[in-house]
Amino acid sequence: MNIPEKLLYTSEHEWVRMEGQKATVGITAYAQEQLGDITFVELPEVGKSVKQFDGICSIESVKAASDVYAPLSGKVVELNKKLESSPQLINSSPYQEGWIVKLEISDPNEKDKLMNSIGYRAFLNRPEK
Amino acid sequence: MELIFERSVKGRKGLRLPKCDVPSAKDIPARYKRKGIADLPEVSELDVVRHFTRLSRMNFSIDTHFYPLGSCTMKYNPKFMEDIAKLPGFSQLHPLLPQLLLGGMLTQGALEVLYNLERLLAELTGMHEVTTEPMAGAHGELTGMMLVAAYHRDRGNQKRYIIIPDSSHGTNPASATIAGYQTISIPTDKNGVMDFNQYKNKLNSEVAAVMLTCPNTVGIFNSQIRQICSLAHQNDALVYYDGANLNAILGKVRPGDIGFDIVHLNLHKTFATPHGGGGPGSGPVGVRKDLARFLPVPKVVKRSDGTYALEENWPESIGRIASFYGNFDVLLKAYAYILLLGKDGLIEASEKAVLNANYIMAGLKKYYHLPYDRICMHECVFSAAKQLEKGVHALDIAKALIDKGFHPPTIYFPLIVKEALMIEPTETESKDTLDRFIEAMKEIAELSQTNPQAVKDTPLTTPVSRPDETKAGRELNLRWNP
Repeated sequence: MNIPEKLLYTSEHEWVRMEGQKATVGITAYAQEQLGDITFVELPEVGKSVKQFDGICSIESVKAASDVYAPLSGKVVELNKKLESSPQLINSSPYQEGWIVKLEISDPNEKDKLMNSIGYRAFLNRPEK
Repeated sequence: MELIFERSVKGRKGLRLPKCDVPSAKDIPARYKRKGIADLPEVSELDVVRHFTRLSRMNFSIDTHFYPLGSCTMKYNPKFMEDIAKLPGFSQLHPLLPQLLLGGMLTQGALEVLYNLERLLAELTGMHEVTTEPMAGAHGELTGMMLVAAYHRDRGNQKRYIIIPDSSHGTNPASATIAGYQTISIPTDKNGVMDFNQYKNKLNSEVAAVMLTCPNTVGIFNSQIRQICSLAHQNDALVYYDGANLNAILGKVRPGDIGFDIVHLNLHKTFATPHGGGGPGSGPVGVRKDLARFLPVPKVVKRSDGTYALEENWPESIGRIASFYGNFDVLLKAYAYILLLGKDGLIEASEKAVLNANYIMAGLKKYYHLPYDRICMHECVFSAAKQLEKGVHALDIAKALIDKGFHPPTIYFPLIVKEALMIEPTETESKDTLDRFIEAMKEIAELSQTNPQAVKDTPLTTPVSRPDETKAGRELNLRWNP
């Protein structure tokens, strides 16, 4: 399973790439595989404020509609508009071309609640409850 | 597959209309007139009959096949209910009639049906009063959430949240959100029910209500349900019963006796009225005594002289939530069903629904992973995890069942079970049918091990094998163009 080292992860299978106060957010390779072919991404509005772990937008696949949760609190500053016409980018390139939103984060300390790649891999491999 | 439009031959007619002997309408403003011709198919009556008869023979329905669609309760719809609904005194009644001056006296039979059905549903659920207006289950949920809001508004409470377990139907959070609440999701524990400690931790004075499906969507009855209700009440939160699965416990347990405050029922599930493509739903809502004043108007009342009437004057009501009085013909069919089965018949239906589901669960658990291995209620949820090791998904198993003459079960729901296969046989199926279904599922499990590709190639017997669901989802196009 592809889990890039430099990213941070949530237990809801979002990833975050930090560049200063800017956080790029997407869903993991595992998440897109579970969802199956993605058919529609409902992007939020630029300027929307979100709290950590609140729903930020939703993704529809052939199987289900799922929420994407904000890994960190902040304000939406940029959207991946390409997803409107090509939602499949999340399937083909979850960590690069399939990014979903960029946030300007408001509290860097919240990163403590996220996992690194080793933690996320262990989380995926945890024994079934 | 040929469309009726593709059978069209220029100039062919199904009927000859007499020549128009009145002036054609000249007063339709130009902006309402169509720009081009309607492009309707030009076909003969026989073309139409053959076309639709052919289509109907391709159809999979409860009248032709076993239909174990979990959570949807595709039970057989007895034909006598259609006979009742067709009685001219009911079918030719105009819904405006009871609103006209003295018109109520011409609709006494229909009003009596509504009144009596409300009394029966109140009795069956342990509620004080019922409205039959909501048009479907989710509409009942929304009505219920509006009643929750009315209750808290009346008490001057400031509440913001609705607690919902993560196994719920998606309509629960949707209804709560539309009613203006935020939702708190509680995970499912290893026994397949809402995690009690997490529930306790998340419950606070800002919680307006707890929405529960009982038994829940993995087919399990929560034995802590009384404590859940009383904890909610200690926080002045109401407890909402999603009646989607009432058919498992009808006649055995009444939600009102457990501590539920508001209940919705799906008449098209529990009371065997048609649904899916076959007919509209109906989602009556029942409430405990002190909430009755908030119910929607009009209310059907019985006057002291024994006649029935509609009453609009309830100042604390949440108002109208539907046109007229709900889906009357569905209500009528459910009323007929309840009267025909009677108390003993309804209890027997619940018992058989549970017995049949457990029979299937026991018959298949050797072949399919059972995430919550305990006695189930009216449905059982398997996972295709074992088959997935060979690359066979729940979707492939569903498709393979079609070739074996069965409608697939619900798949990929509930979301908390990976590769879920949710099977609800209902009480109306015989043991022979259940045995044939178990045998088919067993064969598919075996084939998944020996020749997984063969499972992935199914179905082979249908006019279309596998529609391209991804393309349909990404390039939604509902209109045929020549």
